[in-house]
Amino acid sequence: MIVAIGYFMIPIVWVIVNSTKDNQELISTFSLWFPNKWHLMSNLHGLLTQDGGLFAIWMRNTAFYSISSALGATLISSMAGYALARFAFRGAKVLESFILGLVMVPATALVMPMYLLFSKVNVVNTPWAVILPSMMSPFGAFLIKVYVAESIPEEILQAARIDRAGEFRIYWQIVLPMLKPALVTVFLFSLVASWNNYFLPLVMLSDNKLYPLTVGLTSWFEQASQEGANSLLFNLVIAGSLIAIIPLILSFLFLQRYWRGGINAGSVK
Amino acid sequence: MKFKQSLTGWFFMVPFLLVVLAFLVAPLGYAFYLSTQADTLVGGQSFVWLANYATSLTDPVFIEGVKRVLIFGIIQIPIMLFISTTSALVIDALNTRLSRIFRLIAFMPYAVPGVVAALMWGFLYSKSFGPFVGIAGHLGVKDLNFYSLRMFIYSISNIITWAWTGYNMIIIYSALQGLSREVYEAAVVDGASQVQIAIRVKLPAVKNAILLTGLFAIIGTMQLFTEPNILRRYTNAVSMGYTPNIYSFNLAFAQSQFNYAAAVSFTLALVVFVLTYIFMSISRRKAKSQ
Repeated sequence: MIVAIGYFMIPIVWVIVNSTKDNQELISTFSLWFPNKWHLMSNLHGLLTQDGGLFAIWMRNTAFYSISSALGATLISSMAGYALARFAFRGAKVLESFILGLVMVPATALVMPMYLLFSKVNVVNTPWAVILPSMMSPFGAFLIKVYVAESIPEEILQAARIDRAGEFRIYWQIVLPMLKPALVTVFLFSLVASWNNYFLPLVMLSDNKLYPLTVGLTSWFEQASQEGANSLLFNLVIAGSLIAIIPLILSFLFLQRYWRGGINAGSVK
Repeated sequence: MKFKQSLTGWFFMVPFLLVVLAFLVAPLGYAFYLSTQADTLVGGQSFVWLANYATSLTDPVFIEGVKRVLIFGIIQIPIMLFISTTSALVIDALNTRLSRIFRLIAFMPYAVPGVVAALMWGFLYSKSFGPFVGIAGHLGVKDLNFYSLRMFIYSISNIITWAWTGYNMIIIYSALQGLSREVYEAAVVDGASQVQIAIRVKLPAVKNAILLTGLFAIIGTMQLFTEPNILRRYTNAVSMGYTPNIYSFNLAFAQSQFNYAAAVSFTLALVVFVLTYIFMSISRRKAKSQ
C-alpha cells in the first residue's frame, strides 16, 4: 500500500521539487530531491512576467470559463432534474433514458462539427464557444433527479400549491434551497470538467489571450520542446503545472463529502 | 390539472433541451450531413451516400489506429480494473488510518487535469528531467527509452492507469460501502476468512459497479487523444493516425478534409457502440450462467 501511495505521489512530488530549481539544476541535479538554493520565487516571477503576463490571463480565463459554465450547468440541470423527478409529464420516461444515453456520446466527435457551425455564426474564437457547450450536463440532470426523488417530498410542493405559490417560485424558493448539497456536487463536477477541458478550447480558440491554462501550458511546452532541453520555458511549464493543480487539490481535500456524493450517484447508475 | 402539470414539467426542461439541441443534436446532425458529402473537382460538394464510410472501413491508417487502441484497451483496462477492485476490497476490509490516506491519495489524480498529468509524466519519462532513466542506468538497464516506438504505448497506458485507477477504486468502494453488513456477517459466523468473503460474497455483490467502470474505460480508451497528442514531439511513435481520434483531428484541422473526418468520427462511434454492446451482453450471459 505504501508502494502504491508512492506511485500516485511521484508526479506531484516531482512537480513540487522541480518548481524550486533553475534551468541548470533541472538537468544537473537528481530529479527527486530539492536543490541547494531554492528558485521557486524566481520561477513564479518568471511565470507571471513571461510574454507580458500571459499566464495570469490564462488563469483568469480558466476561472471565468469554468465558473460560468459550472453555474449554467448547475442551474440548467437542476431544473431538468426537478422536472423529471416531480412532474410525471408525457415523455418524461423517454427523456430520461435519452439523457442517460447522452453520457455515451463521445465528446470529441461533437467538437469538429460544432467548430464548423460556430464559425458560421462567428462564435469561434470567443469565450462563448467554450462556455456554452460546457453547460450541457446530462450527469448533473440525472444526479439532481435522483436527489429530488429521494429528498423532496411531494407533500411540501402540494402544500405550496394550495397556498397559491407559482411553480417557478416553488422551484426557486423551496426546491433549490433543499437541493443545496446536490447542487454543490454538480457545480464541483462541472467546474472540474471544464477546468480540465483541453480538446474543446484547443479547437475553438486561436487567440492565445483567450486560452485557458490547459491549452496555454501545452503551447509553452510545445515551444520549449522545439527549443530543446535548455529552454527556459520548461521551468515555467513546471511552475505553471503546479499552480494549475493547487486549486483543484485544495477543493478536493476540503470538499471531499461532495465529491463522494457525486461518485455514489454514479455507482447507482 | 394534469395538463397543467405536464406543461410545467416541459417548461422546466426547456433550457436543458435547448442546450442539448444546440450543442449535441445540431452538431451530430451536421456531422452526419457532412459525412455524406464529398468535394467535387469544380469546388462544390456532392452527395455521395455512404461512400466516405466505405472508404474509412478499408482505410489502413484508420484500421491501424482502431487496432492500436483495441490492443491498448485489452492490456490496460483489465490491469487497471484488477488493481482498482483489489484496492477497493482491501480498503473496505481494513479501514485503518493508512488505508484512509491511501484512499485519498489514490483518488487525487482524478482532480489533476489530463493535460498536466501528461506533462508531468512526460517530464518523468524524459532522459534529462526524469529520475527513471538514470536509475535504470545505475541498475544496469541500458538504453531505457520511454519514447521508443515499442515502449511509447506502455508509457501512455501508465499515465491512464495513474489517472483513473483511484477513480474506479472509489466507485467500487462506494458500492461496497453500500452493501448491508448482514450479508457477510453470516459468512463470518460460518467461519469464512476475510479473503473468502471478499471473493465469494463482496465481489459478486458489486459486479454492477465494476461493469460500469469497465464501460467507462472502454469508451475513454477508444477516444484516446490528449496524452499521445501532447507528447508527440518526443517520440516518432505518434503518426498521423496513431489513434482514431488523432486521425480524425488531423484530417479535419491539418488537411481540411472535414467530410471524411466526420465519417471517421462516426465510424469510431459505431465501433464504440458495438464494443459496449458486446461487453454488456457477454457480462450478462456470464451472470445468467452462474
